[in-house]
Amino acid sequence: MATLGPSGYSPYPVAMYEELLTPPPGKALMFNEIVDEEVAMREAAKAMLTRDNPTIFPGPQVLYAWNEEAKEKAKLVRKIAETLGAKIIPMYDYRPKYPKIDPEKEINPNHPNLTIWHNNIKACIFVGVHCHYANVALKIIRAETDCFTIALCGNAGHEDAMITLRDQHVEELEKFIKVAEQVKKELGK
Amino acid sequence: MQKTEQVQYNRAGQRVVSPDYLLFEAPREKQFMTGSEVVKEAVKRASVDASVSYPITPQSEAAHLIGELWVEGYVGVYFRGESEFGVMSEIAGCAMAGARSITTTSGPGTLRAMENFPMWAGSRLPIQLVLMARGVNSPLTIQPDNLEVSFLLDTGCMIWHAETAQELFDMILAGFVVAEQPDVHVPLITVIDGFFISHTREAVMLPPDDIALPPYNPYKSPMVPLDMEMAPGRFLRDPYVMKSNYISYAAHTSWQFEVRAAIERSRPYAKHYLRGLIEEFGDPEGEIVFVASGTAAAQAKEATQMLIHEEGVKARVVRIKTIRPFPAQELIEALRGAKYVFVPEFNVIGWLEREIRRVLYGNLDVPVIGSPRVAGGMTMPPEFIVKEVLQYLGKEVKHVV
Repeated sequence: MATLGPSGYSPYPVAMYEELLTPPPGKALMFNEIVDEEVAMREAAKAMLTRDNPTIFPGPQVLYAWNEEAKEKAKLVRKIAETLGAKIIPMYDYRPKYPKIDPEKEINPNHPNLTIWHNNIKACIFVGVHCHYANVALKIIRAETDCFTIALCGNAGHEDAMITLRDQHVEELEKFIKVAEQVKKELGK
Repeated sequence: MQKTEQVQYNRAGQRVVSPDYLLFEAPREKQFMTGSEVVKEAVKRASVDASVSYPITPQSEAAHLIGELWVEGYVGVYFRGESEFGVMSEIAGCAMAGARSITTTSGPGTLRAMENFPMWAGSRLPIQLVLMARGVNSPLTIQPDNLEVSFLLDTGCMIWHAETAQELFDMILAGFVVAEQPDVHVPLITVIDGFFISHTREAVMLPPDDIALPPYNPYKSPMVPLDMEMAPGRFLRDPYVMKSNYISYAAHTSWQFEVRAAIERSRPYAKHYLRGLIEEFGDPEGEIVFVASGTAAAQAKEATQMLIHEEGVKARVVRIKTIRPFPAQELIEALRGAKYVFVPEFNVIGWLEREIRRVLYGNLDVPVIGSPRVAGGMTMPPEFIVKEVLQYLGKEVKHVV
């Protein structure tokens, strides 16, 4: 299920076992439901503001200055982290780590569970991670941890995250910040 | 403010149009062509960057004609590989470099190249392979037979099966669009039954050749292009993924599941561009149902007409367009009310019958008859199909085959 893990031994994909696919344009996927983008944004912010050790995992698409949008998005990711009181642990590339990754400082798509276990992360946001690696990591996280996963994807989204928002570009990230500020206020934080 | 329309052109100087316009809206003209010629016409309108070829019957002509397109400036790179293994490795290199890539093969060439297909899928390369099936066996068949499809079913590639040259044309164009979606981004094998489609002429409706698909954007790839510095991917140097002493088994499992999940994600796109994953033909209330793909479906349609009009038997056809993803739900729905399901096939093992049995098991209780079945180049006359059905139903057989 695309519900909170740990879902079991094997990283089964919801696309095959629950027939859940990425949301259609203009919509978001929240657990097993297609919802309006704003509804998903509110729940995502709420999860990050109320669960322990919220963390943002930014990927290469926002960590390197590929283009103007990437630079702009990087600033917005930092602002999201400030708004949500979240740590930032980068998935800065997908290269091998010798002799092993340092889970305090980084997350690797092939064993994301190590970073989540080590830091006791209960809510996280994937942003700027290339879709294949995000999908590989999100399945493992759902299988092996109880971390609440949120994907802010620039393409079609990730059905293996508990909340997935698609086509997230500068305008959408700005909107997410506004929604997060509002939710924060409502929660009295 | 007045909006300015921007007109884009590809490298060949063709006007770039939306896939929907090219496939559904552009005016079309009738031509009389072989399937091989139709491959050329589709590639001509597909803004293709690279193609690698190797001769094997019956796809040689299609590969040759793509070469002509390179001479004419429609295809960016074209060369001959050393063997089918070489071709499929080299086309992978082209795709890793960010090129829209297409190649063709047939029969034993498919098996010679086999190791590459799961590698394509695992590397998330949206390569299109046009497979002009001819079978694989000894004694060698150089005739229509699609046995090789069974070997490809679990490679992590999408597989579509065209019935006609027209459908092959449309599938090649739609194929690039679907395979290159960021949430899909796996290879596509577009199958036709060799000779029946590749070598025979039929009427096809083609849009103008001065318009083409938008070029491929590799920056939307689900794997970062910089990953492709070391073919076939940087992950090969990751000891956690590639070396057994450090391996992350969960990563391997998730990776392989992800490739299969990507095929599932192609469903809505394929449904749109192929106008459904199945086609239904004949008497909607028919209790005799043929489930078939490719030219076997065309023969089953002829047989259905004969059963309805000459024998008074209510019959219909459910034609499967996509083998991967397999249209399981659509098939179950379409077969409600069926009394007998016949699966005519052009191969000796009945790979489609297996697929159908797998899907129906526990979902729908209907007898599946893996018949009629021919192989090695035999034709399947509709009279033969009718005879099998009538014999099964215990009716008098009037036709002589």
